Amino acid sequence: MADDVLFEFLHMEMVSHIYKDQASRGEMEKDRATCVSTLEGMGFRVGQGLIERFTKDSPSFKDDLDVMKFICKDFWINVFRKQIDNLRTNHQGTYVLQDNKFALLTQFSNGKQYLEEAPKYLAYSCGLVRGALSNLGMDCVVTAEVSLMPSCKFQVVIQKI
Amino acid sequence: MSRQSNRTTDSKKMNAELFTLTYGALVTQLCKDYENDEEVNKQLDKMGYNIGVRLIEDFLARSSVGRCQDFRETADVIAKVAFKMYLGITPSVTNWSPAGDEFSLIMESNPLVDFVELPDNHSSLVYSNLLCGVLRGALEMVQMAVDVKFSQDTLRGDNVTEIRMKFIKRIEENLPAGDE
Repeated sequence: MADDVLFEFLHMEMVSHIYKDQASRGEMEKDRATCVSTLEGMGFRVGQGLIERFTKDSPSFKDDLDVMKFICKDFWINVFRKQIDNLRTNHQGTYVLQDNKFALLTQFSNGKQYLEEAPKYLAYSCGLVRGALSNLGMDCVVTAEVSLMPSCKFQVVIQKI
Repeated sequence: MSRQSNRTTDSKKMNAELFTLTYGALVTQLCKDYENDEEVNKQLDKMGYNIGVRLIEDFLARSSVGRCQDFRETADVIAKVAFKMYLGITPSVTNWSPAGDEFSLIMESNPLVDFVELPDNHSSLVYSNLLCGVLRGALEMVQMAVDVKFSQDTLRGDNVTEIRMKFIKRIEENLPAGDE
């Protein structure tokens, strides 16, 4: 019922606040990494909670690929209102999810402008994916890269024990 | 067909949960960063203000509501259009002051506090303070200075959530010198 735009505004303000806050506490370089990990950590907890709500009535997944397909379709639709456009994998635990029109980047630019700022706005989403996968039993590392907005790629690397 | 519509209502509900959970993570992070509740309340209000000054544009674009004639009309628009549009609830507008410059928005349920419980050591935290900032920021962009605060909160044991809004003054548009 809450409008999608509310989340986008809140997310924008969150990123801005975390960065402003760290800057005011001094030490530039070190804190950029802290900001990203703070945002990612927030996303992680929210992702864990969300995936529980989404999947409580569904049957368990057959394998990792099934989980990734779920993330690309249902999860992405529920959170970002569209599906992932392209899923690639090397069948050895690495998946690349490509979203050609990522919801949180569409308002930024249609190309290379503001490219350096983009990673800040992807940290939370990486956390969301990592949290979701973690609660589905997959420990992984999620990173995002963007070379041409609003398209971006999320890389998921499953950690084998 | 009905399966399709189930999906849509489901996804709207899930979006609401995304917002609620994100807000929860934000408040938790703020509580970690700042030692006392007062500071957290202030930060929430500031962030809400920043959101409000942008949200008003989105609201006006979507709702095509015209200029309000008086504060009473403003109150109705806030309760019946804005809250409905963004949070899916319609608070009631009551407790008008005799001068007509102060009123209360009473919400039976507050979507921001789904799944939330306040621990004992945070008794003076105004969890939904972001809302106050949003209202303040949004109204400032339409030339109204208002004071907004929570006077009742279900998280702190009250029956309903009540936001008290007081009109302070009309902000005059100040054109910078040299503008035609």
